[in-house]
Amino acid sequence: MSKPKFSNHNPDLFRRRKLANMIGLSLSISAMAVGMLILIWILAVLFYKGFSEIDLEIFTMNAPAPGSEGGGLLNAIVGSLLLVGSCTLISTPIGVMAGIYLTEYGDRSRVAGITRFITDIMLSAPSIVIGLFVYAIFVAQIKHFSGWAGTVALALIAVPVIVRTTENMLRLVPSTLREAAYALGAPKWKVSFNIILRAAQSGVMTGILLAIARVSGETAPLLFTALNNQFFSINMNAPMANLPVTIFQFAMSPYENWNGLAWGGALLITMAVLTLNILARVVFREKVQG
Amino acid sequence: MKSMFDLNKIDAQGGGVENTNKQAHQETVNVLEVRNLNFYYGKFQGLKDINLNIEQGKVTAFIGPSGCGKSTLLRTLNRMYDLYPGQRAEGEINFFGENILAPGQDLNLLRSRIGMVFQKPTPFPMSIYENIAFGVRLYENLSRSEMDERVEWALKKAALWNEAKDKLNQSGLSLSGGQQQRLCIARGVAVKPSVILLDEPTSALDPISTGKVEELVHELKHEYTIAIVTHNMQQAARVSDYTAYMYLGNLVEFGKTDELFIKPKRKETEDYITGRFG
Repeated sequence: MSKPKFSNHNPDLFRRRKLANMIGLSLSISAMAVGMLILIWILAVLFYKGFSEIDLEIFTMNAPAPGSEGGGLLNAIVGSLLLVGSCTLISTPIGVMAGIYLTEYGDRSRVAGITRFITDIMLSAPSIVIGLFVYAIFVAQIKHFSGWAGTVALALIAVPVIVRTTENMLRLVPSTLREAAYALGAPKWKVSFNIILRAAQSGVMTGILLAIARVSGETAPLLFTALNNQFFSINMNAPMANLPVTIFQFAMSPYENWNGLAWGGALLITMAVLTLNILARVVFREKVQG
Repeated sequence: MKSMFDLNKIDAQGGGVENTNKQAHQETVNVLEVRNLNFYYGKFQGLKDINLNIEQGKVTAFIGPSGCGKSTLLRTLNRMYDLYPGQRAEGEINFFGENILAPGQDLNLLRSRIGMVFQKPTPFPMSIYENIAFGVRLYENLSRSEMDERVEWALKKAALWNEAKDKLNQSGLSLSGGQQQRLCIARGVAVKPSVILLDEPTSALDPISTGKVEELVHELKHEYTIAIVTHNMQQAARVSDYTAYMYLGNLVEFGKTDELFIKPKRKETEDYITGRFG
């Protein structure tokens, strides 16, 4: 029996590999650092400029008239909540059911393939195009801006996100679970809704929360649809105040208190989106493992 | 409505659970008769001209090397293959005289009569109680107390009652692997099918859990007809009354388990069960 040969060790090769490893590692760390730096920079500026603006007034007073002092963002906050809330109510059932169709019913059919393709296009469509689209088919027909038009525009952005995440989450459910439910004699809709959807519910909920986070910061689609409103209004048939467009207008204005409110609003939205994202990750993560 | 699967007719012929015990002692009844069965995965032929009978109140085991078609055969018996496009079966499988391969059969009803337990435990993401109630609710309208009784009955049948009675409201996923598999058996038993198909039910379990499941098979065969696929020949010898040895999609030998294991008629069977092949 010949001894195994260990003496092939080549110090040059070893050194070169270590060097390549170090270069690779430092390149990826610096790429990560650039990304993180920008994110932290944005957050830092936002906190620096916006934190002092957040007081009781911002939640209790409406947007100030041009030139007047003080004021808050109550009308914009309520408007945003209404718009995003009704968007969620509309887009969740549509998105989830379309996702169920794609995995459980359509699967490899032509219709499902086309639906998937269109959903992917919608996911990457510039949001201003969606705003213009809703303007043309909705606002231009009824001849005035309205909260509902804004809701529709936001829903058009949210639905594809929910469809795709729902589909991906349902696909993760093992086919053995599907078979087990069918093996008891369960009809297809019961298997889909009572077993598969339930098994994937935390993932689906995460998708919905991420879609909400996405639409709550959208400005472009609201510019042409909900527009904005200087006054407090909960009438969905009238132009509706909302945070993103208010920030846009106030930030461009010559008034100092408007600029300040824009920073405060931007911080509010960021914190809301951040909270939703963290919630989506933390609260539902435990259920996945359970 | 000739082709429709008639539950009442099957119950009248002794398909109900209550009758299995009674009839098994009187005469030989074939619950399932497989005739000239061919099965195709697309172009590949998975089963070749299978003929066999599955007797009521008995345990029939299917053995053979991986890929021999034993699981495929089991999955034709409740038409589980139907979920996948490209898979098709030709021939006849008569379930109390009704050809279940005929077009137009109500598959949900069929599967409520021919239950199945899989290799890996597959508890539904709900409580232990709901896991069992789910299947029962599909075909029966029970009051709360009747359902409680049924759940207890099924869990006792699956020898899980003592371990689970205090945590019926906990998730089925909180149980151990062996307990989960017994929960799946309880779930299948609860809907009172005529036949229970077991597809390698112990291959993911430890020896103690395996022993418990095997004891269960012994208990259950008094009331249910059981078909079991297993890789473990000792298991087949321990639990079954009849054994079918399959190889490359063919049914090589089928007969009483005692005879097949002690004195196989075919050389191939002998090679396999003695470990010279496989």
